[in-house]
Amino acid sequence: MNAENPKAETLREDVEHAERVPTTGESAGARTVAAVPAKKIEGRSPWALAWDRLRRDKVAMISLLIIVLIALMAIFAPVFTAWTGHPPNEQYHSTGLTLNGLPKPPSSTFYLGTDDLGRDVLVRIAYGARISLLVGVIATLITVAIGVVVGLAAGFLGGLVDTALARLIDVVLSVPFLLVAIALVSITGPSLTVTILVIGFFSWASVARIVRGQVLSLREREFVEAARSLGAGSSRIMFVDILPNVLAQVIVYTTLLIPVVIVVQATLSFLGLGLPPPTADWGGMISEGQAYYRVAWWFVLFPSVALVITTLAFNLFGDGVRDAFDPRTDQLLNK
Amino acid sequence: MIRFLIRRTLLGIFVLWLITMAVFGLFYVTPNNVARTLAGRQATPATIHLIQERLGLDQPLWKQYFDFVGNALHGNLGYDYYHQVPVTTIIAQALPITVSLSLGAAILWMIIGVGNGVISAVRPRSIADRGLTVFSLVFYSMPTFVLGLLFLYFLYFKLTLAGYDWFPAGGYVPLTDDPAQWARSLILPWFTLALVLAATYTRLTRGSMLDVLSEDYIRTARSKGIRERRVVMRHGLRSALTPVVTQFGIDLGQLIGGVVVTETVFSLPGLGKTSIDAINQQDLPVIVGIVLFASAAVVLANILVDVVYAVLDPRVRLH
Repeated sequence: MNAENPKAETLREDVEHAERVPTTGESAGARTVAAVPAKKIEGRSPWALAWDRLRRDKVAMISLLIIVLIALMAIFAPVFTAWTGHPPNEQYHSTGLTLNGLPKPPSSTFYLGTDDLGRDVLVRIAYGARISLLVGVIATLITVAIGVVVGLAAGFLGGLVDTALARLIDVVLSVPFLLVAIALVSITGPSLTVTILVIGFFSWASVARIVRGQVLSLREREFVEAARSLGAGSSRIMFVDILPNVLAQVIVYTTLLIPVVIVVQATLSFLGLGLPPPTADWGGMISEGQAYYRVAWWFVLFPSVALVITTLAFNLFGDGVRDAFDPRTDQLLNK
Repeated sequence: MIRFLIRRTLLGIFVLWLITMAVFGLFYVTPNNVARTLAGRQATPATIHLIQERLGLDQPLWKQYFDFVGNALHGNLGYDYYHQVPVTTIIAQALPITVSLSLGAAILWMIIGVGNGVISAVRPRSIADRGLTVFSLVFYSMPTFVLGLLFLYFLYFKLTLAGYDWFPAGGYVPLTDDPAQWARSLILPWFTLALVLAATYTRLTRGSMLDVLSEDYIRTARSKGIRERRVVMRHGLRSALTPVVTQFGIDLGQLIGGVVVTETVFSLPGLGKTSIDAINQQDLPVIVGIVLFASAAVVLANILVDVVYAVLDPRVRLH
């Protein structure tokens, strides 16, 4: 998308560097100025620069690797069934439960133990990754899509549209999200679609607010005026000229929103409003295991570990993406 | 300032009105079989009809809504379907527990969050900074219920098993009964709620402190010979706290979510657990009442935060 208006991009980059010099203090400012010519000679886009910084960020790259591994585990969940010979919803009443009907600890048959119904915890964790990632990614995309469109419209169109949309944003932000979400899911009955829609419906407002703030300042820039004088319509200016300029921030926000959404989905499941059984999902497994934490720690612990590793990886990666797009704090520290 | 307050209050009332419409509408539009459930298995259609009549479920939707709003304005949120207890009584019983939990947690998370943030910002890139950054990110990534269960497993179950009966598994002791037991019953829930939220504040305070500490007036303060501690605490922290206060306002809405989960994990009969129980029983008046009450609390708290914000940053008052 940024190929369509390279001028706006370079302009933005120049303006940003020019703006940064006085704010970053003298020593840091000198560094920025010194760094500019080198970047100019190669003529790389801000995207290439960000990617370069991200690639050198070891923590972010390790997190990305973990995310890819979890995604592979989700995609190839049936491999775990083939490997262990245990389908995710198969209940092993004789081999998977103790004589008292309690879950069995990790062993050579059940690598991570069994749950209260004698199902293989490892296989269910692999299948549960599908739900977490699916909801995390799709609900985040819906959230961001709504947020970006509303934010662009409010910021760019201004006037009555802006007033109405800004009020709407305030309203959605002051709703006690989880309580209303729980209430909604309890009426409609738990399902994947409902979970995704509820999360998307309540989370777009913060994205919209960020985008709106950016657009408010961007629409006064010269390149917007230039586009308009060339005869471009509002929607073309919004999506072709302005959108690429807020995209960096949107991407940062998106990566940091995914773990939040994963946690919300797991929380809904934990409260018994996730997915109808016997679907394996991490929040639901932890919820079922809660009653057994004294006798079967593995039943609670392993899904929890999977959940925390996933959200931690996304958060660390998101931090890396943010630093890659906005290296200002780093420059501030390198004095 | 007054105009600002009036505008915020009107917006708050508007929000509450929308929430009543949404919650009420959704609950009534979808079919529910409360009357059937209440009537029992052997019920005749006549009995069911009688129950519906008594609960007002046979009235047209708009009339039910206006009755509800009218009563709510008179401080009457209706009666629960099962035991005919006034919803206001149910809320009044659960409220002290939720307030004890949230207030204690809020104090803890502000101290932990802001304190760690300041320590990190004063010596950026030090071992303490790196340690605290990792520490807060781990807790930030941890769902409230996972942390709660970890606490239960290690600090209650394992410790008690080892003979140290320091933390109870759950339950609530009223403050008026025994302050020491009250604190003991809440210490694990407090930390559960606080640690997850504190992480955001550590990151926020660190970033905003770093920005502020590189400002010219901080250099001026230092060159005047003011002690470093005073420069950081008085000159730096005050302006660095502005974004923290904004975040606090936003988090009050989220806090309710955390409260629901924490109360469920530690079986504290507060507003959160009561609402989950009500949802499982489809006890409509209780759900609507608690959602409404919680929204009102969030709206009110947001207005208060705006006032604090204006006190911390006088520039806000000009707008």
